[in-house]
Amino acid sequence: MLEFSILFPSVLNGLTTGAVYALVALGLTLIYGVLHIINFAHGAALMVALYAVYLLKTWLGIDPYLALPIVVPAMFLLGYALQRGVIERASHGRDENILLVTLGLAIVLENLALLVFKSDTRTIETAYTLTTVPIGPAFIAVSKLVAFVGALGCAAVLMWVVARTDLGRAIRAVAKEKQGARLVGIDVAHVYAMSFGIGLACVGAAACFLLPAYYVNPQVGGGFVLVAFTIVVLGGMGSFAGALVGGLLIGVVESLGGLMLGESLGQIGIFAIFITVLLFRPQGLFGARA
Amino acid sequence: MTQRRSFLAQSAAGATALAFPLIAGAQPKTVKVGILHPVTGALAFSGQQCREGALMAVEDVNKTGIRSLGGAKLEVMLGDAQSTPQAGSAEIEKMNEAGCSAVVGAYASAICLATTQAAAKYNLPHVVDVGVADQIVERGLKNTFRFGPGYRVCAQVAVNNLHVLNVAAGRPAKTVMIIHEESLFGTGTANLLARELPGFGFDVKEVIKHANPTRDFNNIVLRMKAVNPDIVIPANYFNEYALLVRTMQQQKVTPKAIYSVLGGAASSYKFLKEFPDAADGIIDCNHWFNPKDKRAAELRRRVEAKGLFFTYEIFNTYTAVRLLADAIERAKSTDRAAITDALERSTFADHFMPYGATKFVNGQNQGAQPLMTQVIKGDIRVIVPREYREADPIFPLRA
Repeated sequence: MLEFSILFPSVLNGLTTGAVYALVALGLTLIYGVLHIINFAHGAALMVALYAVYLLKTWLGIDPYLALPIVVPAMFLLGYALQRGVIERASHGRDENILLVTLGLAIVLENLALLVFKSDTRTIETAYTLTTVPIGPAFIAVSKLVAFVGALGCAAVLMWVVARTDLGRAIRAVAKEKQGARLVGIDVAHVYAMSFGIGLACVGAAACFLLPAYYVNPQVGGGFVLVAFTIVVLGGMGSFAGALVGGLLIGVVESLGGLMLGESLGQIGIFAIFITVLLFRPQGLFGARA
Repeated sequence: MTQRRSFLAQSAAGATALAFPLIAGAQPKTVKVGILHPVTGALAFSGQQCREGALMAVEDVNKTGIRSLGGAKLEVMLGDAQSTPQAGSAEIEKMNEAGCSAVVGAYASAICLATTQAAAKYNLPHVVDVGVADQIVERGLKNTFRFGPGYRVCAQVAVNNLHVLNVAAGRPAKTVMIIHEESLFGTGTANLLARELPGFGFDVKEVIKHANPTRDFNNIVLRMKAVNPDIVIPANYFNEYALLVRTMQQQKVTPKAIYSVLGGAASSYKFLKEFPDAADGIIDCNHWFNPKDKRAAELRRRVEAKGLFFTYEIFNTYTAVRLLADAIERAKSTDRAAITDALERSTFADHFMPYGATKFVNGQNQGAQPLMTQVIKGDIRVIVPREYREADPIFPLRA
């Protein structure tokens, strides 16, 4: 069982899955880092994006990868509008309210999807669905490879935006000191909404990379968001590098765990690592000490 | 004058309306029947298919109504088990409260186990439409009746036929790997197979279970690669089955046969249409209709006209509801005990399943049997037994 020809594909498989986990977690950690709220609607947003990709493919025949320039801006706008129109208004600036509002949003979105699409599980067929690329002794699905490269690319762009652009500087300023940011003339409400928008845009990108190798149903977000929360805490709340490394790590641990312990027990490894890190490094792998 | 006339007309109408309940009393009453399936959650596709089959049967029954009850119509109370046993039991409580005379459901074995027991408390007759776990009918519950075969019968038929196919082909297959879902249905089926197969000279190399839903089958297929079995036997629900077979195709794992026992997608027109290449050559031992019966073809046409796939969930639940309607007809009553009694003595033969007339012993229909099918040239054909055969089996798939 521990032959290289089995372990190597399993690790590769874990890395490719982990990259998509990381992308979902990046959005979550950005929203947490700036807004200091746990976005319970993150999984529901992923589900919405997956349905968008699904509909674009089945109605208009648009390939999931070509749907990126449509779905990513659309999810960004949705995020921006949700923050400004719903979350900000309904929460009156109180954290516990925001928590409930996002939870409510998740419930509403999931049940709307249930109403419209029923809980039927849907997949799409593309020309490359079953195409694989040999890497050493492994066969990796083209869609997974694209997801890996794409997710890393998106992470790089996001990190560049936060580190180098004016918007990024404003986001970091608001995350550190809201009042101070307001005093130097930063439109805090706008930055909040931009962060929420970018967070959902990440989810939109993840959906485009995910669907060719995956499926969508109204409950699909739940599985991802639990893992994404784990990654965010593991990597350090609000840390981008942490989310990226945490995502890849969790992907590999899950994959090897599934291989060694059987699929049903595969996720034990994730939570074992999670608890260990919290015991010995409660701020997370890359988190700054509070 | 006009006012007085209209007053008269209105009074007359009102009087008629008041008198109507008296006339209605003479009208045939309705028989309330619970239709309970997991229409949301992980099993939603199958649950919705079941519900569709049930509703089509109710529609057919209601064309004439229950004659012995003066043409009484079946009145459906729909329930959603939400893919969990607890939600299924809760729905039974509601159906009991609402005064249902009987229940048909609830697709998954684990859910049926709970719903039949909950219904037994109220002596509420419960016809099991799919639920293959044999424990369902082996607990001495007087209210529980299963029309279709249990997994013991299916596993025995599957193993016997695998042996016959293998011997006829010169014994090319020696090793087996079983992949099953982790609830009652998959685990029970896998245990039976793992116990029976060695007796026929097969070496069961590995038995792997997985959760519902499973997102990624790469690890399982990698283990499969390491073990390199001659035959892969999956026993799981639709989504996981489809994902497993697709991943095998991706990882270029080609066993001598994919031999499903109650495979959720193996003999499904939905799977065949969505993944024709992956489905090619797959053998399945599963619920199947008599391919020579015109009524099955007619129902299939109606189902497909609705844009649905004619899967086992539809025809199993359709016939289960017809069985119940037949029992109510002979019971001449909406009374639960009378219906239970009629089911017990049922000799229902007006159906298109390959079971013959029903004969219940401890709630299990004795004639119930699975058929063996294989995907051949883009269609699902019956290969075994001979009296229903549409095509000769192709075994092994590769030398």
